Amino acid sequence: MNRFEAVIGLEVHAELMTNAKMFCGCRVVDSVEAPPNSAVCPICLGMPGMLPAINRRAVEFALRVALALNCEIQAENVFARKNYFYPDLPKGYQISQYELPLARHGWLEISLPGGAKRRVGIRRVHIEEDTGKLTHLDGEGSLVDYNRSGVPLLEIVSEPELHSAEEVYAYAVRLRQILRYLQVNSGDLEKGVLRVEPNISLRPQGSSEFGTRTEVKNLNSFRALAAATEYELQRQEAILRQGGEVAQETRGWHEGRRETFSQRSKEEAEDYRYFPEPDLPPLFVDKAWIDRVRQELPELPAAKVDRYQEDLDLSHYDASVLTEDRPIAEWFEAAVKAGGEPKRVANWIINNLFALINESQQEITSIRVTPEGLVSLLKLVDEETISHNSAKDVLVEMFKTGKAPDAIVGERGLAQISDEQALEHIVSKVLALNAQQVQAYLEGKEQLQGWFVGQVMRETRGKANPELANELVTKLLERRR
Amino acid sequence: MNVTELTLTELRRRLRQGSVTSVAATEAVLQRIIDLDNDLRAYLTVSDALALEMARDADERRALGEDGPLLGVPIAVKDIICTQGVETTAGSRILEGFIPPYDATVVARLRAAGAVIVGKTNTDEFAMGSSTENSGYVTTRNPWDHEHVPGGSSGGSAAAVAAGLAFGALGTDTGGSVRQPASFCGVVGMRPTYGRVSRWGVIAYASSLDQVGPFGRTVADCAAILQVIAGHDALDSTSIDAPVPDYEAALTGDISGLRIGVPQEYFAEGLDPQVDAAVGRAIEQLEAMGAQTVVISLPHTRYALPAYYLIAPAEASANLARYDGVRYGPRCEGSNVVDTVKQTRALFGAETKRRIMLGTYALSAGYYEAYYGQALKARTLIQNDFLQAFESVDVIAAPTCPTTAFRIGERTADPLSMYLADVLTVPVNLSAGCGLSLPCGFDDAGLPIGMQLIGNTLQEATVLNVAYAYERATGWNRKRPVETR
Repeated sequence: MNRFEAVIGLEVHAELMTNAKMFCGCRVVDSVEAPPNSAVCPICLGMPGMLPAINRRAVEFALRVALALNCEIQAENVFARKNYFYPDLPKGYQISQYELPLARHGWLEISLPGGAKRRVGIRRVHIEEDTGKLTHLDGEGSLVDYNRSGVPLLEIVSEPELHSAEEVYAYAVRLRQILRYLQVNSGDLEKGVLRVEPNISLRPQGSSEFGTRTEVKNLNSFRALAAATEYELQRQEAILRQGGEVAQETRGWHEGRRETFSQRSKEEAEDYRYFPEPDLPPLFVDKAWIDRVRQELPELPAAKVDRYQEDLDLSHYDASVLTEDRPIAEWFEAAVKAGGEPKRVANWIINNLFALINESQQEITSIRVTPEGLVSLLKLVDEETISHNSAKDVLVEMFKTGKAPDAIVGERGLAQISDEQALEHIVSKVLALNAQQVQAYLEGKEQLQGWFVGQVMRETRGKANPELANELVTKLLERRR
Repeated sequence: MNVTELTLTELRRRLRQGSVTSVAATEAVLQRIIDLDNDLRAYLTVSDALALEMARDADERRALGEDGPLLGVPIAVKDIICTQGVETTAGSRILEGFIPPYDATVVARLRAAGAVIVGKTNTDEFAMGSSTENSGYVTTRNPWDHEHVPGGSSGGSAAAVAAGLAFGALGTDTGGSVRQPASFCGVVGMRPTYGRVSRWGVIAYASSLDQVGPFGRTVADCAAILQVIAGHDALDSTSIDAPVPDYEAALTGDISGLRIGVPQEYFAEGLDPQVDAAVGRAIEQLEAMGAQTVVISLPHTRYALPAYYLIAPAEASANLARYDGVRYGPRCEGSNVVDTVKQTRALFGAETKRRIMLGTYALSAGYYEAYYGQALKARTLIQNDFLQAFESVDVIAAPTCPTTAFRIGERTADPLSMYLADVLTVPVNLSAGCGLSLPCGFDDAGLPIGMQLIGNTLQEATVLNVAYAYERATGWNRKRPVETR
C-alpha cells in the first residue's frame, strides 16, 4: 500500500495592535468588548468620497514581523484593491497587497517534539485591512459591526512545507510567540485577532506534484488547529485510499463533533480582480527605515533560549519556560541583573511565582513582587536570616501586599534563630517535655531524631535555623547517654 | 444692470468697495434661479436658506473689516462634491437623500474663503457622461439653446455659470467633464493637474483621473477660484505637496515669445469645420500677440479614448461597489442580505451599469493583461507624448470638442457617439498635465465654440495667462445667452 505525504501550508492573519486603524484615525478597539460601531468614521465605513491614508506605524509593525521572519523587504510597496462583495466589507473591496507585497522569502525556525529544529519557508508577508463583523440573526436579519473594519492586518503565508499536525502546531505556536514578543499582536485566537488557516493536501510519498487541497477556517484555538489538521489528513487519506478525489473547498471546524465540514466549494477559482489602488501612491520602504526597525527589534525567543543555556547555564526546559512570554523573560532578566543567581531565580519563578500568578489569574506584568524584591528575599535566605521554608511564606506575603521582604520578616518575627545558646535552650526544653521519646531514642529508636527537630521547629514557629537545630538535637540527645 | 451679470472678480471688487452686499448678490442669484431654472434645470438642490445665512455672515464679517478671497461670492458646487448638511447625490438615484456629515476639502476651502454656496448642480450619474442626460434626475438644458445639451458631466455647473445662476462653480473633470461643458456653454473651465486639487470628499468615479476644476465667466474668475481650492491636502495621499503660485498675479496678458504647439492629431477627421475654423483663427490671434506656433505631433492620441474607456470603468467598477444600501442611501429590501444589495443596485442608471460591467470585465482574470494592462501601457505612451511635446512648447492649443453642443437625445441611443464628445479632452486626463477651455467663437446656430489650452504638470499659471491674453484681445466671453423662459 502506498504511503501518503502530508503537504500543509499555513495562512495566518494577524491584526496589528496599533493605536489607529490602517487608513484612518479610528482607534483599534477590542472587538469583543467595545460596543458595536463605536470606533468607526466615514473612512472605515466606506462613505462616498472618502480616501485612505497609510498609517506608517502599522507599516513599521509589519516590518518588525517581516524582519523577525528573516524576509526580504520590498523597497516599493504597492497596495491593491481586492474586489468582492460582502456586507462586512464597506467599500466592496479590501485594500491589500498583491503583486508587490511588503516582504518575501523568509523563514521561521520551529522546534519539534524531541528537540529537533527545522526551518519553514515564509512565502510572503503583506499588509491589508480587516473587514467588519457580520452577525446573522435567525430569521430576523443580519447585524454588522464595523469596529474591526480597517484594522491593520498582516497576512503571513508559509510555504507548503509542513508535514504533520504536530508541525502545524509547532509553527503556529512559534509564530504567535514571535508576534507577542514583537508586541504587534496579543495572540488571542478566540477573539480572532490571530487567525490561522491551514491548507492541507496529501500526495503519494515521493511524488513531486501537489494533491488537491482543502482550507480549514474558524479555528479558535491551537488545539483545534492541530485536531482539525489531523482530522482532515485522515479524512483525505480515507478518500484517496478508496480511490476517490478530494474536493477543493473551504471547510469549517465543528468543535463539538470534532470534525471538519464543507463550507464553500472552491472549484471555480475566485476572481478578485486585483488592480493597483489608485488612491494610494506606492509606499517606499528605504534602507534607513529598515535598519532602524531592525535595531529596535527585541531579542527573539530562540536566541534567548540559546543564551540562557549557554551563558546562564539553565536547562533547556527552564530556558524554554522562561522565554515563552517576553514579559516573563524580562522579569527573569531583571532579577538576574539585580544580582540573583540565574538558576536559583529560575527555580523560584518556575516553582513558586508561577503558582501564585496562576492562582490569582494575573499576568507577570501586573504582580506586586518585583524582580529586585525576589533577589532581596533570596539574600535573606543566604544570610540565614530566614529559612528556605519561611522564604516561601514571605513570597506569598510579598505577592499579596507588595511589601519588601525584610519588612515582612520584621513584622512577623520570622528572623531565623541562629543563636546557638538561644536554640540550645529551646532544644533542652523540648527534650525535657518529651522524656518518654528521649528514652526510646536512647534505647535505639534513633529515627526519632527527626521528630525532635520537628518539635523544635514547631516550638519556634519555623524560625529555627534547620541545620543548627539538627546539630543541637543530636548533640543534646547524645549527651544524655 | 443686474448684479448677476457681473463677473466674479467684478462682484468681488464691488463687495470690497461696499457698493453691493453679499445678501443682495445672493438674493439676485436666487431670484434668477427661480426665474430661469425651472426650464434650465442646472441645479439639483438650491440651498437657499444656507446661502442667505452665509451671505449675511459674509456681510457681517465685511462690516467688521474682514475680507476673504471669495468673501460673499455666490458659488455653485457640482453635486458629486460632498457638502456637509446639504444633499449630495452624484446625480444618482442610489444616493437620493444622502446628506454627507462632512465637507469635501474643496468645499471647506470655499467656506474658509468666505464663498456663499448657492446649491448643487446637475451631473451625469457619477460623472459618467457628456451631456447630463445620464443624470438620474433631470437633463440640464444649454442656456444658448434649450434644445441642446450643456455638455457633461459637469453640465449643471457650466449652465449655471453661463446663465448667471452663480458667479462661478466647481466641477470635476475625469475625461473632459469640466472643459467639454465649458466649451458647450461658452464659459471658461479648467482641469488642473492631477493632485493639484484635493479629491477628499469628491465622490469617486475614476480615482486616478478625477480632478476638481473651476468654472468662471472669465479666465480671471477661474484663476480666483483655483487659487482657493488648490494646494496640498494630507487627507488625499495623491495630492501634490508643492507651493501654489499666485494665479491671478500671473495674468499679465504678455505671451510674446511663448511657444504654442498645435497638435495635428487634434485637427483630424470628425472635426466640425466651423470648430476647426474658429480654433484656427484663435491660434492666429495668439500668433498675432507675439506667440510662436509650432505644429507638433501627439502620435498616440488615437489610443486615448479606448484606454480611457478601460481605465475609468475599471476603477469605477470598484469605486461604485460600496453603494449597496447597507450603510447609507436608499435601500430596496430583498429576501436576504445579498438580495437586498442586488435590489438596491438596480437604482443605478443604464450608463453606470454599462461602465461597471465594462470595468469588471476589463479586470477579470484572463482579460486583465489584454485590456486593463494594455490600457495602462497606452496611458504611459500618451503621457510620454505630452512630456516630449512640452520639451519644445510651453502650451498646446487645440479644439476642446470636435463639435458644438449637440441636440438633447441626439446621441443617447449610441454610447460610442457620446464617448466621441470626449475624444479631445481625454488625453489630458491620461497625462500629467492640465487643460482649460475658453470661448473662441460661435457656430452658425449661435452655439459657443471652445478652444482648449493644455499645459505641462503644474503649469496652470502659464495656461491661464495665455487664455487671459486671448480673452482680453477677443472678448468672446462678453456675449451672454439670451434669456429664454
